[in-house]
Amino acid sequence: MTAMNGDTLVKVEHLSRYYGDTRAVHDVSFSVSRGEVLGFLGPNGAGKSTTMQIISGNLAPSAGQVWIDGHDILDEPKAAKAKLGFLPEHPPLYRDFTVDEYLTYCARINRIPAARRRPALNTAKERCGLTDVGRRLIGNLSKGYQQRVGIAQAIIHSPPVVILDEPTVGLDPIQIREIRALIRELGGDHSVILSTHILPEVQAICDRVQIISKGELVLNDTIEGLLLRMQASSLLAAMRVMPGKAELLAIAGVRAVEMLDANRVRLHYLPEHNPAEQLVEKAVQHGWGLFELTPERISLEQVFVDITCDEPHVAEAAA
Amino acid sequence: MIFTIAGREMRSLFLSPLAWSVLAVVQFILAYMFLSQIEVFLSVQARLVSVPGAPGLTEIVAVPLLANAAIVLLLVVPLLTMRLISEERRSQTLSLLFSAPVSMTEIVVGKYCGVMGFLLVMLGMIALMPLSLQSGGNLDFSLCAAGLLGLLLLLGSFAAAGLYVSTLTVQPVVAAVATFGLLLLLWILDWSGTAADGRLSGLFPYLSVLRHYESLLKGVFDTSDVVYYLLFIGLFLILSIRRLDADRLQH
Repeated sequence: MTAMNGDTLVKVEHLSRYYGDTRAVHDVSFSVSRGEVLGFLGPNGAGKSTTMQIISGNLAPSAGQVWIDGHDILDEPKAAKAKLGFLPEHPPLYRDFTVDEYLTYCARINRIPAARRRPALNTAKERCGLTDVGRRLIGNLSKGYQQRVGIAQAIIHSPPVVILDEPTVGLDPIQIREIRALIRELGGDHSVILSTHILPEVQAICDRVQIISKGELVLNDTIEGLLLRMQASSLLAAMRVMPGKAELLAIAGVRAVEMLDANRVRLHYLPEHNPAEQLVEKAVQHGWGLFELTPERISLEQVFVDITCDEPHVAEAAA
Repeated sequence: MIFTIAGREMRSLFLSPLAWSVLAVVQFILAYMFLSQIEVFLSVQARLVSVPGAPGLTEIVAVPLLANAAIVLLLVVPLLTMRLISEERRSQTLSLLFSAPVSMTEIVVGKYCGVMGFLLVMLGMIALMPLSLQSGGNLDFSLCAAGLLGLLLLLGSFAAAGLYVSTLTVQPVVAAVATFGLLLLLWILDWSGTAADGRLSGLFPYLSVLRHYESLLKGVFDTSDVVYYLLFIGLFLILSIRRLDADRLQH
């Protein structure tokens, strides 16, 4: 089990963590390979931050193991921690330091040799858009800039694994865009694990999504897989002459018909039996006057809510 | 790595007004004591000349100064050590060190060295006062050195105890009060020894931090006193390391 192939940078097996009787994380297993951006989704208190703290070595698990690039985080903490950069929920900033001083200190405790410190500092500042604020006190920077300093701190030693806990909190839309671009860029040669509760963010930057609910992984899927789940299973049609319910049900594939008002109807159909084509044909034949036809998509929000609320085994296991 | 952490600790101390005001106040109070002690010396100087084997300049001025310094610093060191861990825990910056390739021992020893660096500066400034007497009189350097060594070891013990208490809480003020209480208790521990007549009299005074300092102030360099302080420092540093480790582990 301990053997890892060269491309799996993070491997987590049967991770559990209890706070007294409270179960924060239960039996979570997953792995992340090089160049992958993994999104960690979950409602508040689901165990996202706990999981991230365990992976980053800030917290020891009650059970289970974590390997970072082949090094067990508990048995070889130094080797493992050298390979990761971590941005906690609250960026760990020394407010009375300037950005340059702080990042230099970070470079030193991450054991970057003296000769490479300055280039590393400049690269990190450039990547996070901090070039102009190097000499300013961190405590005087805005929340968005502080968040960037936090990210710079996590990537200054170019670790193979970057763990970001809600990296876009408190940023304005433009900054969010820049940070997302940065994360995508990091995904090129690093593994990125990122937690968030902003759903479009996951869609925008992640390759793979994991949803955690009440301490358990309830979904582990690629973005494509998730999009498939979001695919339409209903059509919204508007017609000038509304046919009877029976006539609509007669169309192959239609499972249920929902009359919305005098002109509008929603057709639910079985997956892979999209009745749109037949509906149009029939409408032309019978002169229903079809003037609007919209495939309805389930939003990511809906998928999220379905998954986190409707998993029966979660509810029973919580006892 | 230890020196990186120690350097940051010292920087943080000097960036805050606390360190500067502590330095200033301590220097002011001790300078006042120093001057009043010199006055005492000047008033008895004439009579001392006629007494053979009478206490000299060092015994009358430097030794009481160092003895008083210990009490002043007992009040002040908790203020300097209170923030070491508790402040980082409160502002949640500890995870920076925890997720860096740095061991707990390096973190604790680094922080300890940082605060000791500051205390060395303070000790240096205190030492300048008795040493300035050399310009007008004759100083017993070995007695002075023993006293300064004693004060250094005492400060080291205070700082180690303060560091440990700081790992126990998130509130710096609570850490300061608790450290002060702990140090004061260790200081007055020998009272019970002198009051009781029987079995306790040996152990409690021996544990008192004061007793070992007193013998160094007399110029008696006993290895067991030095070892006592080193054990004291080591004990509290190990306790701090274990306490920080326990943070991550299951409890």
